[in-house]
Amino acid sequence: MGLEQFKNRNVGTQEYRVLDLQESPKTPMAKFAQVAKRTFKGELFVGLGVTVREMFNALFRGQMHTVKYPLEKLPISPRYRAIHEMLRLLESGHYRCIGCGLCEKICISNCISMDTRYDENQRKEVSEYTINFGRCIFCGYCAEVCPELAIVHGPRYETASEQRASFSLFEDMLTPIDKLSLQQEYDGFGAVSPNADENIKKTPLAY
Amino acid sequence: METTTLIGQLPEVTAVGVAIKAILILAIISAVAGFGTYLERKVLAFMQRRLGPMHVGPYGLLQIAADGIKLFTKEDIVPQHANAVIFKVAPVITAATAFIALSAVPVFPDFRIPEFIPVLGGTFVPSIASDVNVGILFVLGMMAAGLYGPLLAGMAQANKWGIIGAARTAIQFLSYEVITGLSILAPIMLVGSLSLVDFNEAQSGGFTSWFVWQQPVAFILFLIAGFAETNRTPFDLLEHEAEVISGYATEYSGMRWGMFFIGEYANMITISILAAVVFLGGYNDFGFIAGWIMILLKVAFFFFLMLWVRAAWPHVRPDQLMWLCWKVLMPIAVINVVVTGIVIMV
Repeated sequence: MGLEQFKNRNVGTQEYRVLDLQESPKTPMAKFAQVAKRTFKGELFVGLGVTVREMFNALFRGQMHTVKYPLEKLPISPRYRAIHEMLRLLESGHYRCIGCGLCEKICISNCISMDTRYDENQRKEVSEYTINFGRCIFCGYCAEVCPELAIVHGPRYETASEQRASFSLFEDMLTPIDKLSLQQEYDGFGAVSPNADENIKKTPLAY
Repeated sequence: METTTLIGQLPEVTAVGVAIKAILILAIISAVAGFGTYLERKVLAFMQRRLGPMHVGPYGLLQIAADGIKLFTKEDIVPQHANAVIFKVAPVITAATAFIALSAVPVFPDFRIPEFIPVLGGTFVPSIASDVNVGILFVLGMMAAGLYGPLLAGMAQANKWGIIGAARTAIQFLSYEVITGLSILAPIMLVGSLSLVDFNEAQSGGFTSWFVWQQPVAFILFLIAGFAETNRTPFDLLEHEAEVISGYATEYSGMRWGMFFIGEYANMITISILAAVVFLGGYNDFGFIAGWIMILLKVAFFFFLMLWVRAAWPHVRPDQLMWLCWKVLMPIAVINVVVTGIVIMV
């Protein structure tokens, strides 16, 4: 299916279909004729047919719409900007962050604070890294600026908790070392969701 | 036509048997009425491709227990300016008339309590609690008396939505009572009796002897009027949320409100049984299927039809409701009765 018909914004140039609305009957006899016609046309049974068809679709063809939310979750777009995650290098398992401090600089709500030092190999080590989620506006600049794809936005959108601190320490955001094989690579900004093709539908305007 | 009475052909009906029957009807129909709310929510959900209640018990089956606990433990509120006595009596009228109507309806088959049960052993429990000789009239009359429930409730609660709901109740129930009576008059003329047992006997000749083939018009009229009298969807103007909040039930909560609903669902079951017995062959055996299964299937079908219609069709306006009743249905019903009379005479 092409997208041409959706990109055409010139209202009025498309092929619209005019509904076949007849004029309201004026005389009593015409009114009676309309009532009789509608009564025997069986239009009411069309409605019954539609509902029972949908019931069979839902029950036997797996077209039930309900998502039992806390138990089931819909896949989330990779563009979604939820709580940050710190990724690890797949080869060594070491965290990717090189302590350059760009995210701290670019943060427009000033919520990232970090501290670094040289370790025994003269390599930069992150000694402190916290994000104040009371201030964070989830703009995504930190993830965009990061040269190492170290800080990214994860899919974790359920952020109700008793303590903001439960999300904001470096160790909490870092991929757990035993789940390293499950670490999702960040697609970057502008990435489309994996099922984007399926999600494109005709809008009612196109009919 | 010779009328056969239940007492003539069956073992003696004792007061104890009737009392057991009454308790059975009360217990089972109230439970079924409660279960009906679950069924309604489930069926409507499926027709809208939702799941409906799922979390209380397997597939939400215990939802009625949760609802019952909620209804029973809710605070009992009587509004400040309401007429407290009438306000409290009204729901009882709805529930009571619905169950009294069921007393003249054959609900389950006859049975005898087994001998080994102490005290009550050997008692004969009839299929019909009281086989009065004006069976249908009694049922219809009782369902019509149920009008007083919503009417008094709406007028006693000092709420304008209640008043509007009460007024709608009065016009709707009174109007459609006429249609019910006239539509069922034609089968009554064919049978020559008002007892539902006789109706059942008259249709014992198999599928082709069902009155729905002889009286299709009366059947459709009876169904339409039944929907109106049980306050079901194309005609549920009494408590149409979008217009009158909850109509006569606006100020009710807790078990008082629950009693209105038990009454409504009991009425749905009564209308389903009436339609099945009068038009669809009642509890006669159908081929190899036993009669009691047939009546259950028919009642279940009519119950499902009410939910199905609710999912599919929109409401009508009050003026359309009255127009339909007096200008369309009543003339058709009268013509049907006249034609039936002429056919019987010829």
